[in-house]
Amino acid sequence: MSEEITSRNSIDIEAIRLKLERDGGKRMWRGLQELSDTPQFRDAAEHEFPEGADSNSGINRRDVMKLMAASAAMAGLSACTKLPTEKIVPYVRPPEEIVPGRPLFYATSMHQAGVAVGLLMESHMGRPTKVEGNPEHPGSQGGTDVFAQGSILNLYDPDRLRSVVFESTMSDRSTFASSMGNARVNFETKSAGLRILTGTVTSPTLGAQLKKLLAKYPEAKWHQYEPSGGDSVREGTRMAFGKPMNPVYNFEQADVIVSLDADFLTTGAGHTRYARDFARRRDLAEGPGSKLNRLYVVEPMPTSTGSVADHRWALRASDVEGFARQLGAAVGVSVPAGAGTSAVPADAIDAMGRDLTAHRGSSIVIAGEYQPPFVHALAHAMNAALGNTGKTVTYTESIEAEPVNQMDSLRDLVNDLNAGKVSFLVILGVNPVYTAPADLNFASAIMKAQTRIYSGQLSDETGQICNWQAPAAHYLESWTDGRAYDGTVSITQPLIAPLYEGHSAHEILSLLMDDVPQSAHDLVHTYWESQGPEKGRAYEAFWETSLHDGIMSGTALPAASATLRSDFVQQAPSAQTAPSGLEITFRPDPTIGDGEYSNNGWLQETPKTVTRLTWDNAVMISPATAHQLGLADGDYVTLQLNGREAKGGVMLVPGHADNTVTVHLGYGRSHGGKVAAGAGFNANLLRSSTTPWIATGLQIKKTGDTYTFATVQHQYAIDPDTQGGGQDFASETAFRRDLVQIGTLDDFKKNPEFAQNESNQVEYHGPSLYPNFKYDGYAWGMSIDLNRCIGCNACVTACVSENNIAVVGKDQVIRARSMHWIRIDTYFRGGLDNPETYFEPLPCMQCENAPCEYVCPVGATTHSPEGLNDMTYNRCVGTRYCSNNCPYKVRRFNFYLFSDYTTPSLYGVRNPNVTVRSRGVMEKCTYCVQRINAAKIRSEVENNRLIADGEIVTACQQACPTEAIVFGDINNPNSRVAKLKAQTRNYGLLTDLNTRPRTTYLARVRNPNPEIRA
Amino acid sequence: MPQIFHRSSNFLSRASIIGAVVLLGLLTLALWEITMSPWYTNQNLTVQQPVPFSHRHHAGELGIDCRYCHTSVEKSSFAGLPPTQTCMTCHSQIWTNAEMLEPVRASYRTGQSLSWTRVNALPDFVYFDHSIHVAKGVGCTTCHGPIADMALTYRAGTLYMSWCLDCHRQPEKYIRPRSEVFNAFYTPPSGNQQLELGRQLVKEYKVAAPQYCSACHR
Amino acid sequence: MEPEGSRKNIAVVDRDPILGPGHTLGTVTTKISDIVLTPGITKGWLAGFTVAVTLFLLLNVVMTYLFAYGVGIWGINIPIAWAFAITNFVWWIGIGHAGTLISAFLLLMHQRWRTSINRFAEAMTIFAVMCAGMFPLLHMGRPWMFFYMMPYPNPMWLWPQFRSPLVWDVFAVSTYFTVSLLFWFVGLIPDLATLRDKAKSRVKQTIYGALAMGWRGSAVHWSRYEFASLLLAGIATPLVVSVHTVVSFDFTIAIVPGWHSTIFPPYFVAGAIYSGFAMVLTLAIPLRAYYHLEDLITTRHLDIMAKVMLATGMIVAYSYLVEAFMAFYSGSQYEKFMLMNRMAGPYKVVYWGLISCNLIIPQLLWLRKVRRSPVALFIMALVINIGMWLERFVIIAISLQREFVPGKWDMFYPTRWDWATLAGSFGLFFVLFYLFVRFLPMISMTEMRTLVHQTEEEKSHV
Repeated sequence: MSEEITSRNSIDIEAIRLKLERDGGKRMWRGLQELSDTPQFRDAAEHEFPEGADSNSGINRRDVMKLMAASAAMAGLSACTKLPTEKIVPYVRPPEEIVPGRPLFYATSMHQAGVAVGLLMESHMGRPTKVEGNPEHPGSQGGTDVFAQGSILNLYDPDRLRSVVFESTMSDRSTFASSMGNARVNFETKSAGLRILTGTVTSPTLGAQLKKLLAKYPEAKWHQYEPSGGDSVREGTRMAFGKPMNPVYNFEQADVIVSLDADFLTTGAGHTRYARDFARRRDLAEGPGSKLNRLYVVEPMPTSTGSVADHRWALRASDVEGFARQLGAAVGVSVPAGAGTSAVPADAIDAMGRDLTAHRGSSIVIAGEYQPPFVHALAHAMNAALGNTGKTVTYTESIEAEPVNQMDSLRDLVNDLNAGKVSFLVILGVNPVYTAPADLNFASAIMKAQTRIYSGQLSDETGQICNWQAPAAHYLESWTDGRAYDGTVSITQPLIAPLYEGHSAHEILSLLMDDVPQSAHDLVHTYWESQGPEKGRAYEAFWETSLHDGIMSGTALPAASATLRSDFVQQAPSAQTAPSGLEITFRPDPTIGDGEYSNNGWLQETPKTVTRLTWDNAVMISPATAHQLGLADGDYVTLQLNGREAKGGVMLVPGHADNTVTVHLGYGRSHGGKVAAGAGFNANLLRSSTTPWIATGLQIKKTGDTYTFATVQHQYAIDPDTQGGGQDFASETAFRRDLVQIGTLDDFKKNPEFAQNESNQVEYHGPSLYPNFKYDGYAWGMSIDLNRCIGCNACVTACVSENNIAVVGKDQVIRARSMHWIRIDTYFRGGLDNPETYFEPLPCMQCENAPCEYVCPVGATTHSPEGLNDMTYNRCVGTRYCSNNCPYKVRRFNFYLFSDYTTPSLYGVRNPNVTVRSRGVMEKCTYCVQRINAAKIRSEVENNRLIADGEIVTACQQACPTEAIVFGDINNPNSRVAKLKAQTRNYGLLTDLNTRPRTTYLARVRNPNPEIRA
Repeated sequence: MPQIFHRSSNFLSRASIIGAVVLLGLLTLALWEITMSPWYTNQNLTVQQPVPFSHRHHAGELGIDCRYCHTSVEKSSFAGLPPTQTCMTCHSQIWTNAEMLEPVRASYRTGQSLSWTRVNALPDFVYFDHSIHVAKGVGCTTCHGPIADMALTYRAGTLYMSWCLDCHRQPEKYIRPRSEVFNAFYTPPSGNQQLELGRQLVKEYKVAAPQYCSACHR
Repeated sequence: MEPEGSRKNIAVVDRDPILGPGHTLGTVTTKISDIVLTPGITKGWLAGFTVAVTLFLLLNVVMTYLFAYGVGIWGINIPIAWAFAITNFVWWIGIGHAGTLISAFLLLMHQRWRTSINRFAEAMTIFAVMCAGMFPLLHMGRPWMFFYMMPYPNPMWLWPQFRSPLVWDVFAVSTYFTVSLLFWFVGLIPDLATLRDKAKSRVKQTIYGALAMGWRGSAVHWSRYEFASLLLAGIATPLVVSVHTVVSFDFTIAIVPGWHSTIFPPYFVAGAIYSGFAMVLTLAIPLRAYYHLEDLITTRHLDIMAKVMLATGMIVAYSYLVEAFMAFYSGSQYEKFMLMNRMAGPYKVVYWGLISCNLIIPQLLWLRKVRRSPVALFIMALVINIGMWLERFVIIAISLQREFVPGKWDMFYPTRWDWATLAGSFGLFFVLFYLFVRFLPMISMTEMRTLVHQTEEEKSHV
């Protein structure tokens, strides 16, 4: 896209600030550009039409397909194309459980930074197609996050390493095995120089294998490095209790929560479960009487957790410690005060202290994964002081097989490498060449090892420079086990045979140590047999149940006694004054993590919470600081941090802390695959192993270029020259149109109907020519609780996966053509420095009087007697009239042939029950009609029984970790959705248009501390 | 000045007025005929199969129940195509060395599936479900025609949407008692009796016969 | 428009005539037919034609690329799913209206000044409708499925959705095209006969002869001819009103603020005639200069057409005011916002551009001097053409740009393909028009002859 778009991005902060102050910080806005009034923008607007660049440059594979499609279309013109003949191929010997045409569900689990998350996989004819959360599993309880939803695409990733590669020539599994065999024989005699590098290992089996290996080869060493691992959590407990422990929080019991830069709702061990528990305490089913929890958050960069907080302060990551000390003092932990932090007024801290002490035993203080250990220790101390330990916070033995300080572990490895002590390096499933902090210079160090063996999904940065590259098996392809956040063991069972002769870590280790290499299945199976009392048949039964349920009963780790060390404060870093100079904070990316998902189109295109950014990471900075530094949104800048540098685009983030910059890791991959190529910049180049997450002394220099971001919620200016006609009226719009209804708990208690008014009450009372259609039988409807939504985008990704939604790419996102059927509109209220953030998930409203329907010239979108707004792709001719007439703009159009018809490996991920849309047709949310029909057919075949409430679950509802989305039959007064819609908080969007939407919302109710004035 | 046109052109010009109309009519008719013709719909056309399987022999003469081979017809959208194993249950005993059956035996030996040519194929954007139709008293032969009398299997209907709608608009014309669904020789009662029976069954089985789009298209 | 009674004033001296002095039946005929019959082509014509063909070829490139890749090559998006293509459609269809108005309506009104301009005005109509008709097809996502829009017997047992204005369009536009074509051709028959008779080469004789359908100019032929013309005029006149009304329904039927408005039908019709006459002038003035037709298309004609523009322009202006007034009077915040966004939003330049082109500048037409200076009028016509195109763009794209839900507001940036498509449609139009002026009489000889005749008579009556 040409300059015009980028030029729209730059902003005059002072002007905005003034405007916001003018109207007392209580008004809605959507983004900076909207508030801004910039010469660049006026230029752009003053060209009669800014020229847009064109998207098709050069002919590539898909273009050719498009041309072919076009010619096929021409053939279609003649209306004489005969139906193609299809082949149909039966089994030779049928597998028992498979009924052709019916999906099967298997429990399994995936590992996120080593921690097991329980999943339920949908499989069609032996082909896994959809990830769901496992309701039995404590770590998910049926919810999922974006990573789990996206992970299935990694299985079918066309860029995966497809065979064993030796010295960049194609090899095969047996050659690899035999060569490992030879190595093994050598190790028998001389094992010095053997090094194993893994990520965090919670898998008991793998742990046992590694220990066995170390026992067998005494001079060998095992190193662990998880790029986004919780080193601080581990070290924090070590500091507080003298040994690494595993904190487990119970948010369902917590009335008051203080988060010290912890985004516990979307990151870290157990976040899915935590989100669910947290949301249960944001429920208002009991009306004004319900017990709402209260959340205080201090954080540098706005996150999901910060956005749903009742009180949030933007604090530099390094100032959090100072704040923690003050809060500690306020709740009776004897700790020397650190550098005072102006950002949080002292009286507020006292109020928080009072609030916490008022809720002894029912409060939580939680520290963020990327805060230094001492902050964690302080948090533990505060929980102890508040009597939360054992109630809302319990500690178990570490869930890791071998808890070590992983940064040290990696550093040791590098030193050994440089010292030439390493001859044989085995890297299992981590990519240190890319993820390791730059100062370790891993890429050069690794070359000092004679034999380098890499097992990973892609031939990535590390794989590139290893002699052996062995394809790693995806978690859906191999057996393993792992521990959940609370220690519960779940078996990972494969749903499909390895697509590309993938090895699991178990198998590779077995090759290196066992005379008779064993399969992953046998290893896991025998390990657990050796652990439990049951043997033989009894064990088989136990094994079967464990597989079936997806968890091994009774394996949750018991609460261990955690006595605070009296001297932990002494070993605290001396409370130094807050470091001066510009600070930079590194975080794993909210959608692609530390790079594990860089090549995942779904996750790349999933908008990041709050910023709504796709396909990029950015130099995120507060408007005020940007103003000081003379930076504007979209400036392309050079970041310099002690001698190292990286280039990236500046993005102004309202609510970001001042004097600090946040960058997300996981981007700027050099060998990350076709999708990852060219997206974002590599922030690891700036990191050092001593200060991996927070560093000061950052220098920012303009390059003079500008950078275009692909944000799905378009933010731009309205030229405010004409008074009243300025952005004032625009920013008020969302507010005045009652799209987001907000109140405090007090408002709610005073007036439970506060959310409803003339323009948004669900029942339309205005005049209408026609009587309403009578829906007897089922009437499908949806309710979305804005008080539960944390804007994590799990629903968006789940919808993409369930409904075969196409990935369109950065350029098309810039052109406002992203295809997501459900989007999370994000609105801000209040000043720039620390606005309140509001999320609003927007699927199709399934209007009873749908404006889209009557304008379609061919009747491609029509109404079902159950109130669904049907979209018939094969009838659509693409006039796009329906989209124009949709007041919610939830319809999506295939402007090009967005669906990939040509990459065979991607056929596998498609849901066979949903049509893959071709070019030129409109599409939209269907309430997962395929699931509705399946349930209806089932119920009618089972002699016409009624469909039970909750029998049909839409993809977004199923994925939602906070149960914010509920779908069901609104004609059944006892259904969950009907009950929710009966709540007084219930309201509809734009109901004054008499659209009679079936999707309605429950207003957001905040619970601020009356003692603290916002 | 010589005449430019021959006298006949008078007639021609007049004729052309009617001619144009007639020609247009014929063209429309021809197009319609083509779309409805077996050549275009594959209706009533037998196709080349790896093995000349005869429903007449198996379902008709031997009277094997449809569900013996099409096992999932009652539980799934897909009726199911018999695995080679099913063929071999009998043909490991009888006709063990019939030349005709060599492909079947070969498949069983090698584990290579037989690759049949689909006879009743719907477009990919149509989601048909056998189980529900069977449950609502739509007989196999209602859609698949006189299957018990097909030496080689052919498509009995046009499989056009109109063909589906014909029944979905008036199910009573076709519905039969559940007990008769798999009866390959069932003959519906004539004329009004069928309609009466049909109406009664429609009530009894709660036949909705949906006609809204998402019933079949999604 | 000239009052009915004006006929008797034709010869009055202070009013200059609608036919230059000294013209006889013979002179007019030769003057017009010579343009067609003189062998060889002039440099000017060739130059213009080349440009037109180039643009036409560009259109073909665009269409190939469009069918190969899809409408994504344009700048449209969600929310702004309609932009240039539909703007062009409405604009072109509007252009057509002047032709029908002049030839049919004024015929019934016995406005004889129409005679010297109706022929090429009708041609303009037909070509404009062709350009217009092209766009709805091009803008479809799956143009090869266009026949779903038509009611025809099909094995799906499906009809088009008759509640949708787009289906009404199909009928409105196709009817309009058919009737205009017939009307135009019937009018041509006697002239074709004349050409047949005056033509030297055998080829020309045959072609013109065939087209003349054996016209002999007998009394019967003439009476039938008169009858047919009147009949068709009768049919065509309501179309002047109906077609653009239906087109305006495309918008009024929708709930989009800025579209959903009861004033659109009259407003669109007036606008159509406004832009139509502008186009007639855009074509007439150069033609008249190039082929020295000043005494057939006199300043009087220009003056009258200018007045028509002024009149329709005022109606359009009134509509703008009503629209603005209603936005506030309605009390609907959506309507108010829509108007504010037009006037002060990111596309305010376009809005004010259209106001100045359609409202402010045309006020100069009050000046007799301007009305009578070809150059001034020509520029004025161009300005109005641009203004009317902008008006359609503002209505269509800018209303969509910021609709109900701020979370899905966006911007529209035309790509070079948007511009190419627009340019290409001009190519199509002018190719046809150049061929027309070269091979068919651009002014009706028959009617000019009657005009000469009548003028004689009235002179003698004075």
